[in-house]
Amino acid sequence: MATEHKPSITFHPEPRNLPGGEREYMMDVSTSDLEVNMGPQHPATHGVMKILIRTDGELVTAAQPHLGFLHRCAEKIGENVEWLQYLPYTDRYDYLASMNNNLGYSMAVEKLLDVEIPQRAVMLRMICVELNRIASALVAFGTYGLDLGAITPFLYAFREREWLLMIFEKICGARLTYSYLRIGGVFNDAPPGWLEEVSHFCDVFEEKWQEYYDLLMVNHIFVKRTADIGVITKEQALDFGLTGPMLRGSGVDFDLRRDVPYLRYKEAYDAGAWKVPVGSGEKGTVGDCWDRIFVRVQEMMESLSLVRWCLENIEEGPIIGDIAKTLKVPPGEAYVGIENPRGELGHYAVSDGGKVAVRCRVRGPSFCNLAILEDIMPGTLLGDAVAIIGSTDVVIGETDR
Amino acid sequence: MTVLLATLLKVLVIFGCLISAAGISTLAERKISAWIQLRRGPNRVGPFGLLQPLADGIKFMFKEEFVPPGKSRFLFILAPALAAVPAMMSVAVIPFTGRIAEIDGTPILGSVADLDMGAIFIMAVSGLGVYGIILGGWASNSKYPLLGGLRAAAQMISYELSMILIILAIVAMSGTLNLREIADAQNDHTLLGFLPAWNVFLQPLAFVLFVICTFAETNRHPFDFAECESELVGGFHTEYSSMKFALFFIGEYCAMIVMACLTTTLFLGGASVPFWAEAPWFIGLGSFVFKAAAFMFLFIWVRWSLPRFRYDQLMALGWKVFLPLAITNIFITGLVLAL
Repeated sequence: MATEHKPSITFHPEPRNLPGGEREYMMDVSTSDLEVNMGPQHPATHGVMKILIRTDGELVTAAQPHLGFLHRCAEKIGENVEWLQYLPYTDRYDYLASMNNNLGYSMAVEKLLDVEIPQRAVMLRMICVELNRIASALVAFGTYGLDLGAITPFLYAFREREWLLMIFEKICGARLTYSYLRIGGVFNDAPPGWLEEVSHFCDVFEEKWQEYYDLLMVNHIFVKRTADIGVITKEQALDFGLTGPMLRGSGVDFDLRRDVPYLRYKEAYDAGAWKVPVGSGEKGTVGDCWDRIFVRVQEMMESLSLVRWCLENIEEGPIIGDIAKTLKVPPGEAYVGIENPRGELGHYAVSDGGKVAVRCRVRGPSFCNLAILEDIMPGTLLGDAVAIIGSTDVVIGETDR
Repeated sequence: MTVLLATLLKVLVIFGCLISAAGISTLAERKISAWIQLRRGPNRVGPFGLLQPLADGIKFMFKEEFVPPGKSRFLFILAPALAAVPAMMSVAVIPFTGRIAEIDGTPILGSVADLDMGAIFIMAVSGLGVYGIILGGWASNSKYPLLGGLRAAAQMISYELSMILIILAIVAMSGTLNLREIADAQNDHTLLGFLPAWNVFLQPLAFVLFVICTFAETNRHPFDFAECESELVGGFHTEYSSMKFALFFIGEYCAMIVMACLTTTLFLGGASVPFWAEAPWFIGLGSFVFKAAAFMFLFIWVRWSLPRFRYDQLMALGWKVFLPLAITNIFITGLVLAL
């Protein structure tokens, strides 16, 4: 049944005298707000998330995300299976960026193991992680268009994503849950012709990127729907601990790849191979939805030039370090944060020297970024609510884990 | 008697054609959207998927009927009919072609009813369509449909006003409310010696405004706030299933077809063929269908290319941009006519 929202009308018997000498008859009409459950099955929530929205007509007066529909005890599983066996589970939390998840977990374990990663493996890791970042940004861009009613850009984005998935399939046999980056290196060397295909992809993608930009990013209606909407100020972004494109969209120049360097990102940055795109308020205010989505769209190009840099610098060599089949990790604890397409993906692993982790904690970027919805949604319209949810680019598999 | 029979025949043919055209439009929509989106579209049922609308219709018949509890069951069932019937009714006054034949001195014209106030009739009847949407939204006893119905109500009112004002300018130029005479008035002379004197050239501003208004009037993307799948799930028809849902669908497409026909009549000289004043009636009919189909293509093309406006932006556009422009247009038209 619908919530009861009967207007109660009471007339004040005594008219009020206004300063101008007029008499005002008061009528007190009170209506209660309508509570709308956006989700768990709703086109705008990108998965099984529920957002409880309180609306006064079209105006959103309160919003509260409800999580947990996709909870799969990932962290607890990590404390019950062997180190290597947990790797496939990392694929499943942010399923759009599995390569990145593999990398985060592997690096945390490698930090405990203190093992050296062969140079070729490092480069293959970087190529795959950055290609995965492009694939993830393509989904973010495409589904954001869907949220705003533009259906076609989504299919254009998926045309390129399909090619990327084929590229991943060629190197590791899987299209979504790769488990390609292993503790100590990577699982498989690039098959013959693979690096050339990646290079070809880079050339083609550059043209397609312009297509996305023209089709959606500068579309008048799209700009009207996103500019000045859902503004997150710099202070707010820092207060809420936002990371990734959400943070950079608000004008904070922070990228873990450059500021807490890992792999060979710092080297590539110093060589001028990539930049960190930051929201500039080009179409509206700094930190609005347009800035956030444009940071992601720009990041595709930055990732592309990173891939190109890797292709230039990759050398022959082994692809995995000296790792035992049954891994025993020296006692200690390690935290490694990496730049996932959605922000800082942290893995905290504690070992007591055994075959199984004592503690396996994950800091998910979508989960932490989601908290800001409650703050920026009130006062917007129902249509904006969809635009704002879309601009956070959450992956429900990771908020719930 | 023969005249009566001829009229009856016209009713049957035009009604049948309208319903089939609605079916064909759904297929066209899916095919064209597929071409725009690098897909193939329906191609399994019949050659090139041509029987797809038929298969869809049969599928709808066999779907489960669901009537939500609470509110009025009668109104819930009435709503789809109210949405579809006005659209089908308003096609009666569209002059599809010129004089077909003459029986006993009575000319058989290209429209079912050659009303002297056709322009008023079409606006009045197509304005009724919104009741179906409001009622459907309310009788669904659900939150999203309610919001969708309210949106539709506000939207239709704001756009109908501009639309009527635009038609008024055309009426002022032609000096008649009869749609056939409005169409004929565009064909009796040429502009600058080579352009047909269609209203699209005489009233370009009115034409652009009118086309945009038809999008809002028919609840079509980018103004489809009544359904708005990313915000309101399905809007007013979220709770509808089976043939009742199909009726909303047919109603929407019929409304689009009527609006395409109306635009053709008002702005593109109706059934006329440029530089061929004495064209036989079937050539005129072909010319009319061709022009209307072009507008249908525009409807589809826009839907699959643009993002959607926000609801308040649409209202602001209607009241703050279209209404003043439409009024200005009337003033200018009046001024020019007076001089």
